[in-house]
Amino acid sequence: MPVIKKVINDPKQVAKESLEGLVLAYHGKVRILEDCSSIVRTDLPQGKVGLLVGGGSGHEPLFAGFVGENLADGSVNGNVFAAPSPDKILCATQAIDQGKGVLYLYGNYAGDNMNFDIAAELAADLDIETRTVRIWDDVASAPPERIEDRRGIAGDLFVIKVAGAAAASVSTLDDLFRITTKARDYTRSIGVALSPGSIPETGEYTFELGPDEIEIGMGLHGEQGVSRGKLIPADELVDSMIDRILEDMPLEQNDKVCVLINNLGASTMMELLIVNRRVMQRFSDDGIKVHDTLIGSFCTSQEMAGFSISLLKLDDELEKYYDTPADSFALKTR
Amino acid sequence: MSVTELTLEQTQQMMLYVSQKMQESKDLLSHADQVIGDGDHGIGMARGFESVEEKLSHSSYLNCGELFKSVGMTLLSTIGGAAGAVFGSLFMGMGKGLSDAQVINETNLSVALQAGLELIQKRGGAKVGDKTMIDALSPAVDAASDGKDLSMGEFLDKISLAAEEGKEKTKDMVSKIGKSKTQGERSLGFPDPGAISVTLIFKFMHEYVRSIQ
Repeated sequence: MPVIKKVINDPKQVAKESLEGLVLAYHGKVRILEDCSSIVRTDLPQGKVGLLVGGGSGHEPLFAGFVGENLADGSVNGNVFAAPSPDKILCATQAIDQGKGVLYLYGNYAGDNMNFDIAAELAADLDIETRTVRIWDDVASAPPERIEDRRGIAGDLFVIKVAGAAAASVSTLDDLFRITTKARDYTRSIGVALSPGSIPETGEYTFELGPDEIEIGMGLHGEQGVSRGKLIPADELVDSMIDRILEDMPLEQNDKVCVLINNLGASTMMELLIVNRRVMQRFSDDGIKVHDTLIGSFCTSQEMAGFSISLLKLDDELEKYYDTPADSFALKTR
Repeated sequence: MSVTELTLEQTQQMMLYVSQKMQESKDLLSHADQVIGDGDHGIGMARGFESVEEKLSHSSYLNCGELFKSVGMTLLSTIGGAAGAVFGSLFMGMGKGLSDAQVINETNLSVALQAGLELIQKRGGAKVGDKTMIDALSPAVDAASDGKDLSMGEFLDKISLAAEEGKEKTKDMVSKIGKSKTQGERSLGFPDPGAISVTLIFKFMHEYVRSIQ
């Protein structure tokens, strides 16, 4: 097997050093919480309802790249592909809380669930109110009747976008919980992997794929997907992925959606644009209105090649929050 | 001479030995996890037990309960992920069960293991048969509770064997929880990495006790 090349210093320090680099790129808009692997906005408005996102590192710019005005108030980051621990989550919670409570928003994985739940108990002991929304947008990871078993993937971005805008305008944690839950329920994704990513500390790939093989539904950590097959032309691949999403969340003529074509790491913008071409053809044929399109690296898995397609179905309320200007490292909108 | 209990100091030495051996098991655990999960189990466990070794080398404790709680807190805050919550809870629960005990023996270790299992189940919601570390821990807890008047060596041997048998059975199970659950049938034939870790922890405890006999 060829040596895996990565530009790093010390494999054990990659999460810490990448977070430090990210903070420097924010130019003062966020501060780092030493010993808590967390970042928090420096311009946090007084008295606002808090929004904390987080999860394992290695998916940059998710999650820490989405902290800022009308987005998350802070992000707590674990080691590569591992959930942050409760003490670190609590530390970020305390830094964010303005007396109105904090919403925990993260991808639905056993590790994140347990660690955030323990943190929520610790926060309750300090009289900080928390609520939790787990993102489960990956349609390939479980059937609809077990939707609460699904993983959170790139659709995280849509939910964080809406939740961030809502958190800036609502006055109670309950309102933020309701709107965020709706955004989560209106989001669906599916991914495909062409070649694996590797964890810096092991220096080994997280899975193996044959030279001409792809795997639809492959998880962000190399969890096996739903179907493995030969590489097929882009249009055919996109059709099968869109079909799976629409089976799960049917869309009607004149429905409005936002589209995210997310790079899992090593795919090229050229390929993503070819994907988007087919996605837009499909929606144009079906009379579905595409309100906004995001294309790029938002939720990655190291050097995994492949992409995911995410849809956020809009209603008037979600559209209002989606259109609210946002300012962070990885997402700036007007 | 057969040992029937471990002093606080011996218990601390035992956990130091377990910490060193768990770090040496890093590659074995990572490879087991690559087959059915995301391949990072060994890294996490090694990182956690490296911190435990560091902590235990520079701390002294008033009782065994405090010692185990400290191991649990350290694992919880340094492993991260699901493994941190689960293995942290195991030792924190054991610490609660041991309370202010000055020695560990068959009787209080049996109570402690039960308390550890209960705390994990409260967190993760995993049941026997879900292909998790519970499938190795639960039979070990059962084995611990029905032993009578065994030496520490015999007692830990019995627990290790029960855990090992439970771990072997996870090969015939389909993952129902954690990152490997979405693989369904594809997880068949491979043991759960967390169950391997449980087996190793008991095995290393047993090795330590044999070394002082």
